[in-house]
Amino acid sequence: MMERFYNPVLVKELKLRFRSFKSFSGLMFYLAVICIFIAGFLLLTTEFTGKGFFRPEISFMMFAVLTILQMALVLFITPSLTAGAISSEREKQTLNILLTTTQSSTQIVIGKLFSSVAFLVLMLIAGLPLYSLVFLFGGVSPSQLVAIFLFYLVTVIAIGSIGVMFSTITKKTIVAMIATYGSIIFLGGITAFFFFLTMAFHQMGNAIGTSVSYMTYFWASINPGALMLTLISSDMGDALAELSGVDFPVWITYLLVYIVIIVLSLTVAIKKLRANMKSNR
Amino acid sequence: MIEIRDLTKRYGSFTALDHLNLSLEEGIVFGFVGANGAGKSTTFSILATLLSPTSGDALINGKSVIKEPKEVRKQIGYMPDFFGVYDQLKVDEYLDFYGASYGIGATERKVLIPQLLELVNLTNKRFDYVDLLSRGMKQRLCLARALIHDPKVLILDEPASGLDPRARVEMRDILRNLKSMGKTILISSHILPELAEMCDEIGVIDNGKLIAHGNVATIQAQLQGEKRIVIKVAERLSEVRAFLEEDPLISSIDVMDNRLEIAFNYRGTDAQQVTLLKTAILADLPIYALSEEEKDLEDVFMAITKGADNQ
Repeated sequence: MMERFYNPVLVKELKLRFRSFKSFSGLMFYLAVICIFIAGFLLLTTEFTGKGFFRPEISFMMFAVLTILQMALVLFITPSLTAGAISSEREKQTLNILLTTTQSSTQIVIGKLFSSVAFLVLMLIAGLPLYSLVFLFGGVSPSQLVAIFLFYLVTVIAIGSIGVMFSTITKKTIVAMIATYGSIIFLGGITAFFFFLTMAFHQMGNAIGTSVSYMTYFWASINPGALMLTLISSDMGDALAELSGVDFPVWITYLLVYIVIIVLSLTVAIKKLRANMKSNR
Repeated sequence: MIEIRDLTKRYGSFTALDHLNLSLEEGIVFGFVGANGAGKSTTFSILATLLSPTSGDALINGKSVIKEPKEVRKQIGYMPDFFGVYDQLKVDEYLDFYGASYGIGATERKVLIPQLLELVNLTNKRFDYVDLLSRGMKQRLCLARALIHDPKVLILDEPASGLDPRARVEMRDILRNLKSMGKTILISSHILPELAEMCDEIGVIDNGKLIAHGNVATIQAQLQGEKRIVIKVAERLSEVRAFLEEDPLISSIDVMDNRLEIAFNYRGTDAQQVTLLKTAILADLPIYALSEEEKDLEDVFMAITKGADNQ
């Protein structure tokens, strides 16, 4: 049974990943950013005395900013781990040999994706002790934390799939990397811009709460930052529902859209892996 | 074992392979000869299921590379002309990874790896990092990798390129060993004399067309038309020379005074050659040795490809 789920590419990738210094320096960079942020935040709010009290509202604020920061870090790191998945094998001239083995295209692509996702999960777990500092001060429920981590995972898999897809269809890692960062800028930045744009258009003609703007809702609901805000505070979700007139949980839309992204990207990657072969078996 | 039918590959207007037909028996060593860009690597890539032909098909052990690529992959071990290795992977881990990629179980792999390393003389490098091996060792490791699922057919694209003479000899010994194990081996090379030594058959490809195919001797005979014969003479060189000049089948006579040797081109058949020799002996000419000068594959290759160019 174990053999059935054994993915050679996944095992090999994990082995290589944990042997490279780059992985550890990446992890260190990630933890350092979070450490600096938390230390800075604590020092600022206690006015550099190291004493004084810490109100739950401030703790909550730290949690909110930390969540967004972590999301930004994850979005920043994922492409560097996945955009080279296939193209680096091509550049190192190891891909042809891999493709003559009896592994299916699906196995290879999934192995590549999951090895990167596994490393990102490790990163998130490594940051968890720092993250849970907020529990010291209260204001945040554990179920919120679980929900947030689940959505980190969904986002990581989606961005990872996009990275693997670009890595398969482009010849060079650098091109795949740029394309993947482009997708992130679209999902994180352009959607926010469109959100504000559609909102402005919507408000021009109507009083808030009188009509429905699906576009406003849509652009907000596929933005990772917006999703995190609604997960952190239900007020945010209510505000969006009021603004757009669509009263549907953002996380469900986000989940659906990102699952579609994952499925589409992986399908393209699997189809294009053996691009020089007409049949894809 | 291998059946190539009307295989054609076009890249835009460029035709890399032009209706290639080839049939190979099981257990032979086939040498594929051709200049760079003649279509050797394209043919091998198609056989290795990395490339779809524009038209035509190739069957390996009855399985089509187009319709059943996965079945074909089980039958073949492929070694590309250029290949890389993963940094930070040890030799046994490298083989273990590919073993697993072919669906070989973990316990089986543990038994298999030392055997393969033994076969390619890398036993003492088992725990070294792959990227620190020399080129010759990497080639041998890649060969071991190609053998891990015990394929019936080995497709080796330029396995000797870039190797020093010692590494080349080692590679040749390993291939001989594999031949004795009954593998069908397809090998392409620029080191033509080496191919002649170990190949049962050679095929010459030029501009995507197979222009000659057969065993080494047949191809040589087919191309040479006339052979170069060298005789050793004990004394009376000029007398022998005069005798040879009378034969209309003989041309380009070269007398090497210092070595008491005469070399000449002979157009006749083997039977005519017997008569020539008998006449010479009966004429009491002091000839004590006669040999045919071996033309190696390099000459054959040059002759064939030049001929094809002129057409």
